[in-house]
Amino acid sequence: MSKLSYFTNGLLKENPTFVMVLGTCPTLAVTTSAFNGIGMGLATTFVLTSSNLLISLLRNLIPDKVRIPSFIVIIATFVTIVDLVMKAFLPDLYQALGIFIPLIVVNCIIMGRAEAFAQKNTPLPAILDGLGMGTGFTVALTLLASIREILGNGSIFNVRLVSESASTILIFILAPGAFITYGYMVALVNIIKKKLSL
Amino acid sequence: MEYVIIVIAALLVNNVVLTQFLGICPFLGVSGKINTSVGMGAAVIFVMSLANLVTYLIQRYLLIPLHIEFMQTISFILIIAFLVQVVEIILKKVNPALYQALGIYLPLITTNCAVLGVTLLAVKNNFNLLESVVYGASMAAGFTLALILMAGIREQLDLMNVPKAMKGFPVSLLLAGLLAMAFWGFSGIV
Repeated sequence: MSKLSYFTNGLLKENPTFVMVLGTCPTLAVTTSAFNGIGMGLATTFVLTSSNLLISLLRNLIPDKVRIPSFIVIIATFVTIVDLVMKAFLPDLYQALGIFIPLIVVNCIIMGRAEAFAQKNTPLPAILDGLGMGTGFTVALTLLASIREILGNGSIFNVRLVSESASTILIFILAPGAFITYGYMVALVNIIKKKLSL
Repeated sequence: MEYVIIVIAALLVNNVVLTQFLGICPFLGVSGKINTSVGMGAAVIFVMSLANLVTYLIQRYLLIPLHIEFMQTISFILIIAFLVQVVEIILKKVNPALYQALGIYLPLITTNCAVLGVTLLAVKNNFNLLESVVYGASMAAGFTLALILMAGIREQLDLMNVPKAMKGFPVSLLLAGLLAMAFWGFSGIV
């Protein structure tokens, strides 16, 4: 397995959002606008890559019996860093993402990669895996958020596509729209994967 | 009266799964059968009420006096993981029958983001001790309600002819979307 495939693995073949269907809570909750989607994706990527690196470095030091609590503490530490940095420098995004920033701790993608990959691999593959999975997650969130923002609000990245008075399909930025858009996206990826026979 | 409002708001209007998007993984993972949904729901109600009680005390008497509020995320998640373990051990000794019934669902709760999410929301809403516990219990009851509704529909869905690409996860998401639409009707009652 070449080094690059550690990175590309997370993009489509094992995409955390559309194929593995992990971390569904933030995926549904914050994808009301493209900016929120990309912000959440990048925050998660940072936590995922950093925790993958640290867990990989400490993999021979952490006793097997207490590995889950240790992983939780490591992940929670990086989440707290993101929380404080975002509060200081991006207060608007921090407001919009709300409790889903501290909830990155329980995002199953991060715990899943720690358990399935980082604790068994050397630091470089662990970083690449974290970046790949994080990028896959960010792309998926941005895509989902863009569709919902275009349909529900008539804009993308806060740039208006239709006039202020035009009526949009409001339900797409409300809760039901999140479930429905995500459902159709997963079905679409199923079809694409089958066509490409991955 | 305030408590009635908290209960209705948490149970229906701000349903934890269908409007707040918390606890989606167990919602989609465990909602295959009504029986298992009831078991999971009971375990969540128990742990969430207890977690809200303990995190309230920690926040009020430890984090705020010491000015270490930034430790909230780390301390809350560790408390929840610890609580789940304790509940599991006590239940095994005191009530083996209930332990048998809830058995496999208990460890799953640690990773249920609804538990951590609701404790954080309770702190955000500035509830007092009793309000926090009532809020936790009713949010968990809302989770159970959504889970049971979903399980009922999915039991019927097994008999239906679903397009291949939509099988499993996608069709469950569409169902959740329809349920969320129904729950949207409750907005505005309180």
